[in-house]
Amino acid sequence: MGIELQGITKSYGHDTQPVLSAVNAEIQDGELFVIVGPSGCGKSTLLRMIAGIIPISDGILKINGQIMNGVPPKDRNLSMVFQSYALYPFLNVADNVAFGLKARKMAPAEIEQRVTEALTMVNLTEYRDRKPRELSGGQRQRVALARAIASDSKICLMDEPLSNLDAQLRVRMRAEICELQRQLNLTLIYVTHDQTEAMTMADHVMVLNDQHVQQIDTPLAIYNHPANHFVAQFFGTPQINLLSAMTSGTAASAQLVIDDDLEIELDQPLAAGRYTVGIRPNELQLTSVADQAGNATVINVEALGDQTIIEAILDNDVEVRVVAAGQMQVALDQRVTITALGPAFVFGTDDTLIAEQRGAKDARVATVN
Amino acid sequence: MENVSVQQAQRQRRLGNSLKYFGLVLLALIVIFPFVLGLWTSFLPSMDIAKGSYWSTHLSLNNYVAAFTKTKILRYLFNSLVISTLVMIAHVFFCSLAAYAFVFLKFKYRDALFYIVLATMMLPFEAEVIPNFTTVRQLGLLNHYAVMIIPFLTSAFGIFMLRQAFLQIPADLKAAADVEGLSHWQFYWQVTLPYSKISLVTLAAYSFLGSWNQYLWPMLTTFSDHLRPVQDGLRQLQSEETFNDWGMIQASAAIVVVPTLIVLLIGQHYFKSGLNAGAVK
Repeated sequence: MGIELQGITKSYGHDTQPVLSAVNAEIQDGELFVIVGPSGCGKSTLLRMIAGIIPISDGILKINGQIMNGVPPKDRNLSMVFQSYALYPFLNVADNVAFGLKARKMAPAEIEQRVTEALTMVNLTEYRDRKPRELSGGQRQRVALARAIASDSKICLMDEPLSNLDAQLRVRMRAEICELQRQLNLTLIYVTHDQTEAMTMADHVMVLNDQHVQQIDTPLAIYNHPANHFVAQFFGTPQINLLSAMTSGTAASAQLVIDDDLEIELDQPLAAGRYTVGIRPNELQLTSVADQAGNATVINVEALGDQTIIEAILDNDVEVRVVAAGQMQVALDQRVTITALGPAFVFGTDDTLIAEQRGAKDARVATVN
Repeated sequence: MENVSVQQAQRQRRLGNSLKYFGLVLLALIVIFPFVLGLWTSFLPSMDIAKGSYWSTHLSLNNYVAAFTKTKILRYLFNSLVISTLVMIAHVFFCSLAAYAFVFLKFKYRDALFYIVLATMMLPFEAEVIPNFTTVRQLGLLNHYAVMIIPFLTSAFGIFMLRQAFLQIPADLKAAADVEGLSHWQFYWQVTLPYSKISLVTLAAYSFLGSWNQYLWPMLTTFSDHLRPVQDGLRQLQSEETFNDWGMIQASAAIVVVPTLIVLLIGQHYFKSGLNAGAVK
């Protein structure tokens, strides 16, 4: 059951490039499914097609096994939370929550009960008589959530619901939404451009870019096995280092050389040639060396307290980011040697993952799972 | 040293403000003078007005009493009230429906139709008077309330104005309403109208005043005092008698203006901004 997307495509006009092409996915009942991607990748379009607000150009959408193409939004039995909240400014909080229920001609007693329950869940009981303009951004967001809760549809769609809130509130609302989703056993499709939200909230993540699905998997699986360049760069902060490397020697080899000090040892040999190697900043090691030695120069240091982010420029003019745990004393313009700890991804000429080297750290994660 | 220059700057600013306000007060006096003169003369006996002695001290409400007792001004007021109210309701209702269609319904030639509606605004009313007169005569509507209402049931300007207002409604609000299962009728009635309350009140006031101040059309199409609206009634007062009782005519004119002021005062109450804050971020 759940929601099935089969080759969902959206194009405006016949001759134009589709804004979304052939999206396939299966969303299980009761899971929190995050659609993530940079702005303009079509993620909101996809959500609106699922909601029925905009028509599907091609492909099949099934909800609980029923084909939903062309079915009006109200008959899809879902609720939606908008980035802009979309509250009715002339109605108070309680009436905003009750609005959809009244439109569906539910019995007044039941409406009252549901509104009270929903407002209790989002801690807005004492604000029920206020107008939206008398509420803060976070409270407005919660009214929008209460509206989704009050409708008893088991599917909820959220379109970047937290992007208008400040950083602290965002973290709190993130946890609240996850909790509500579990409590109500909702099937939640959540659209965001924020990879942190995707990583922290999702059961499964769909990464969209360039009108195409890049990868669908659990957050950790995406982090640990990014399907291509884009996914590797999109997940993880600071961003992964993508470095150009050659196989050593002229024959097939398991050794990839970035420069004299920085090289990767793979389990399996690769055909001779040039590859792109992805190394996460925390899988690089940096040691200070005396003048002119080493393979890089420090250009920026960000001390965050629990970790230090160092940007350095390799002698072949490529910038790398290194994350060191704890507080590390490094001066600007300091010469350093950067070496790889081990784990790395190797991407072929078409940007897709062709090999990965798992290091000690990765193995530890694996045993915890 | 600095204190002195701060004081100097303040003095200069005050002087500048004084000049500005002096100019504004002067202009305001020029604008308001005819109205004050009209109101003042409405309290004077006609003899004094005829003699030109405007500084007379014979102020009284006699003219008002005369207006109510000797003329049909109450009937004129009633006629205008009925006509203007009906026209106002019709404008708000039909214009909002049409504007809703132009904004929220998708149909073929929608934009072309809207431009045609706009184009009708380019035709001055005076140019339509003769063909319209022929039409209403053939419909047998002459000398009847209907002749002052039916041709004015809707207005291109009202449609245009409300369309612009409805376009301000956030697309997300419509999408949210779709998801919640509101029909077009429900969305029109429960979201569009309350959201655009200010524009609706503005249009209502505009339509009421427009109809209240109609002169040419009622003059052409009504022949009896029984049906005449106020503006034509006022004209009637002037020509009916050989000696014009100017004091009474001024008093009638003042009475006729009162409903206008009431409409503007009620309208003004709604022209507060920020009523729609908080719908979307």
